[in-house]
Amino acid sequence: MIRVSKNPSIDTTAKLAVVSVAMFAFVFVVMVPLYNVLCDALGINGKTDGTQYTSVPVAVDESRTITVQFVATNNEGMPWEFGPSVTAMKVHPGAVNDTVFFARNPLSKDMVAQAIPSISPSRAVKYFHKTECFCFNQQPLEANTDAEMPLQFIVDQDLPTDIQTITLSYTIFDVTDAVNGSVAAR
Amino acid sequence: MGFISERLRANLVYAAALIATVLSGGALASGSKVNQMDMSPGVTNTGQAIYDLHTAILWICIVIGVVVFGVMFYSIIYHRKSKGYKAANFHESTSVEIAWTVVPFLILIGMAVPATSTLIQVYDTEDAEMDILVTGYQWKWKYEYLNENGENVSFFSNLRTAQDEIYNTDEKGEHYLLEVDEPMVIPVDTKVRFLVTANDVIHSWWVPELAVKRDAIPGFVNETWTRAEEIGIYRGQCAELCGKDHGFMPVVVNVVSKEDYAAWLETKQAEAAEIKALMAQTFTMDELVARGKNVYQGYCAACHGMNGEGGLGKAIAASAVATGDLTKHLDIGVNGVPGTAMQAFGGQMNDVDMAAVITYQRNAFGNNMGDMVQPIDVFNHKKG
Amino acid sequence: MGDHHHGPAKGLSRWLFTTNHKDIGTMYLWFSFAMFILGGAFAMIIRAELFQPGMQLVEPAFFNQMTTLHGLIMVFGAIMPSFVGLANWMIPMMIGAPDMALPRMNNWSFWILPPAFLILASTLFMEGGAPAFGWTFYAPLSTTYAPPSVTYFIFSIHVLGLSSIMGSINIIATVMNMRAPGMTYMKMPLFVWTWLITAFLLVAVMPVLAGAVTMMLMDIHFGTSFFSAAGGGDPVLFQHIFWFFGHPEVYIIILPAFGVVSQIIPAFSRKPLFGYASMVYATAAIAFLSFIVWAHHMYTVGMPIAGELFFMYATMLIAVPTGVKVFNWITTMWRGSMTFETPMLFSIGFLVLFTIGGFTGLMLSIAPADFQYHDSYFVVAHFHYVMVAGAVFSMTAAVYYWLPKWCGRMYNETMGKTHFWISFIGFNVTFFPQHFVGLAGMPRRIPDYALQFADFNMMSSIGAFIYGASQILFLYNVIATIVAGKPTSEEKVWDGAEGLEWTVATPAPYHTFETPPAVR
Repeated sequence: MIRVSKNPSIDTTAKLAVVSVAMFAFVFVVMVPLYNVLCDALGINGKTDGTQYTSVPVAVDESRTITVQFVATNNEGMPWEFGPSVTAMKVHPGAVNDTVFFARNPLSKDMVAQAIPSISPSRAVKYFHKTECFCFNQQPLEANTDAEMPLQFIVDQDLPTDIQTITLSYTIFDVTDAVNGSVAAR
Repeated sequence: MGFISERLRANLVYAAALIATVLSGGALASGSKVNQMDMSPGVTNTGQAIYDLHTAILWICIVIGVVVFGVMFYSIIYHRKSKGYKAANFHESTSVEIAWTVVPFLILIGMAVPATSTLIQVYDTEDAEMDILVTGYQWKWKYEYLNENGENVSFFSNLRTAQDEIYNTDEKGEHYLLEVDEPMVIPVDTKVRFLVTANDVIHSWWVPELAVKRDAIPGFVNETWTRAEEIGIYRGQCAELCGKDHGFMPVVVNVVSKEDYAAWLETKQAEAAEIKALMAQTFTMDELVARGKNVYQGYCAACHGMNGEGGLGKAIAASAVATGDLTKHLDIGVNGVPGTAMQAFGGQMNDVDMAAVITYQRNAFGNNMGDMVQPIDVFNHKKG
Repeated sequence: MGDHHHGPAKGLSRWLFTTNHKDIGTMYLWFSFAMFILGGAFAMIIRAELFQPGMQLVEPAFFNQMTTLHGLIMVFGAIMPSFVGLANWMIPMMIGAPDMALPRMNNWSFWILPPAFLILASTLFMEGGAPAFGWTFYAPLSTTYAPPSVTYFIFSIHVLGLSSIMGSINIIATVMNMRAPGMTYMKMPLFVWTWLITAFLLVAVMPVLAGAVTMMLMDIHFGTSFFSAAGGGDPVLFQHIFWFFGHPEVYIIILPAFGVVSQIIPAFSRKPLFGYASMVYATAAIAFLSFIVWAHHMYTVGMPIAGELFFMYATMLIAVPTGVKVFNWITTMWRGSMTFETPMLFSIGFLVLFTIGGFTGLMLSIAPADFQYHDSYFVVAHFHYVMVAGAVFSMTAAVYYWLPKWCGRMYNETMGKTHFWISFIGFNVTFFPQHFVGLAGMPRRIPDYALQFADFNMMSSIGAFIYGASQILFLYNVIATIVAGKPTSEEKVWDGAEGLEWTVATPAPYHTFETPPAVR
């Protein structure tokens, strides 16, 4: 396959081969990070980044009341009992709010869960700040044990005025195997 | 007419009937008509807007098609060598190219304007009067009515069509493949917001007559809405390939009057309370087995066989689990087998049904273990 | 000339080791026809099960394997290799070159294909069955919930992607560097232009498909979470990456078909192609636009409205250059002096039916309406109109058009016309009713359906059996022609045909244009 390198066809081929490799790398190096950046920036898919919000004290806007609903879902094969202590709260923008989710590992083996948050409407993602959330970390629970998992959040005053209800939903996944280093596939 | 064989005559009659049926389009009680050829405007404002947009675009396409093909067929008829037509020699014209670039572009802009406003309508989920969490499972839907004041009403919605109908040993019912044990019930003239997610793989919740379709993605919640303006039963299906029974997880939405809805909600809440009460009761073997048989057919038979003979799942008849340790059997039903297709059903049925189905499995299919599980056993097992 | 002439080697080693573009083109064409029959057989199983409501023949899990393999084999095994075969045969002759730029890489490009498809087909016999997640293989159905054969599927995709990339690089290098003196870019036949542009698309997006399946492989075997929410990933990311490949892919499928029709219609109209420059620009415009419309396959996934609107507008825009091409073809026919031999019949059939597919494509581009069309049989009808009545009809036309040049024998014209009419009728009986059931609410990829869809499904299945049977007639005609067709040695087999390929002897000599021709 090697021919004289002055051959223009070889030259063309080499360049196109580089383009192919570059497009392959493009997927990993550009598309994946770009997708995450855009999702975070635009709140697409209700995806919130997992970072903790550091709050700055501001005045609470008592004139507005926002309903925050809490939804809990177990992903397939996740046998924990998991749910919010209250299904909804009425909050004022700017105020710091606390609530708790309950979880119980009913099996006779220690497990680790990961809660993944999702917010509706996705426009509200930028205005919903979690200052403390059990979703920031993996949650280990020993066999046959209960836990209370805290959540602290602030709804930003700049929340668009046409949004009155925000739904925060968590899906918990079983990540015990991934944590223990074995393959997560079935 | 003895020279036409019986068979041929039957075929001719059938063909005639087929053509007649196709052209006439019979009607079912609700849902799309037999041999329906067009989208239904449905019973919502959004659905009507979508239907109007669809019809407008379709007609524009038909008109353009008739004109363009008309020119082409004219040419095919008259510009033939066999008719002695001599070929012209022109082969370009910039002004013509500009014309048939600009004119279609303008037509597209004309289409884009109503399309944009209709899309804005589809996306407007604000000011909903109630919220329902829709979760797609392999292969059923779960509906959870989000209630700010306490317990959510929550239930699964499974295909109710019997395996016998599907496998042609029984006649198919009117709503074949579009019927469920527990439909979603919503009030008429009420804006309902749907939060759509999935338990395992991607599904999609589609009700054509409500003009709602939204993908159900595991780990994420999508939202959509509807406002049904007519009472009725509306049927849809899962619209994203999700595994073997993708075609067998229908959606049924029962739109009722606001009064009927309030009554239904009360009934569901009472049922939940009743199940709670039942959970403390003790049942006889016969009661458990009878109830368990229904549960088995709705939840287990698709994988484990109508007669416990197995299939995608292991056989229940003479199985080591169903004739072995009771607690272990119960644990498998409640918590599933991680790493396999056996899901954790503890979260999908109440304790009475779980007790019943385990008891049924241990005593049916020739297993005859003679033991049974009471709801309180299930409750305690879950508690650990 | 000075070169010594020898015929090709004899026997099996001729075919295994050949670097001759005509031999390699022939192998691609036969391979793709075999894949067409295999993919068609799977389609027959699908339509046989869908003949009536109820499960009669196969289990739902196997049905999903059939739909998946039907799609993969038709797209990657039948359509794409057939047009590559055509490119191999025709491009060097059309530009006055002696062969492709890299003949040995050409051999490899072909020969890795049969093993790749053997591996894919063998997954049917593996534990857990063949891939059953659709040819679009969305995660997590194709990752966490996939059968063990998915790993072989991924390997197979990598190999056939490599074949496409190597083939495309070869085409670009050939067209850019080996045109005969005087053959400027704007004098090249349109078929060469469409393939040149297609090859660039392939080089750009086949690696993206490779990236997507590599990420799947990593999620399945190496504990990553690209597509799993549990680890911070997102199943929707898969869809974006897949369709970023997938949409250019459908233009990769159709652009060469446009090129074929642009050769045949002028030949049988005895008139030059109308608007050559516009056709080139329109093709390029379609190729550029194809990169920015991918999410119209994902309107129901939950994108923000700004994204939906952008993709809707961009997708609608593609109708403009596509329309320009249709108008140019018809204007080529207008006031020509037409005859209607089989290649022309298939080309006119393409023109009508592809345009219908284009209209339903325009309907689908309208995002709010798509909420009702998406994942229904309306979409299935649309893509079969553009891919079967589009790409396959065009390829069939090409075979009838160039077969005499390839083998020096004329095909049976009556049989060819019969093949056309049966295909045309069979195709429309199969796929036109699918618009109706889709609009009426029938989802796609289901093995069984509600009773109101029964009559149209039965009709569709009958059409499919008719269409399938007519392809056997085609096979017979081709073989009969090669073996015992009426010999022809006219260089210009068709009196209206133009192009360098019609200046060489018939059948085309094993080596052509070893000395470049003079091009005015």
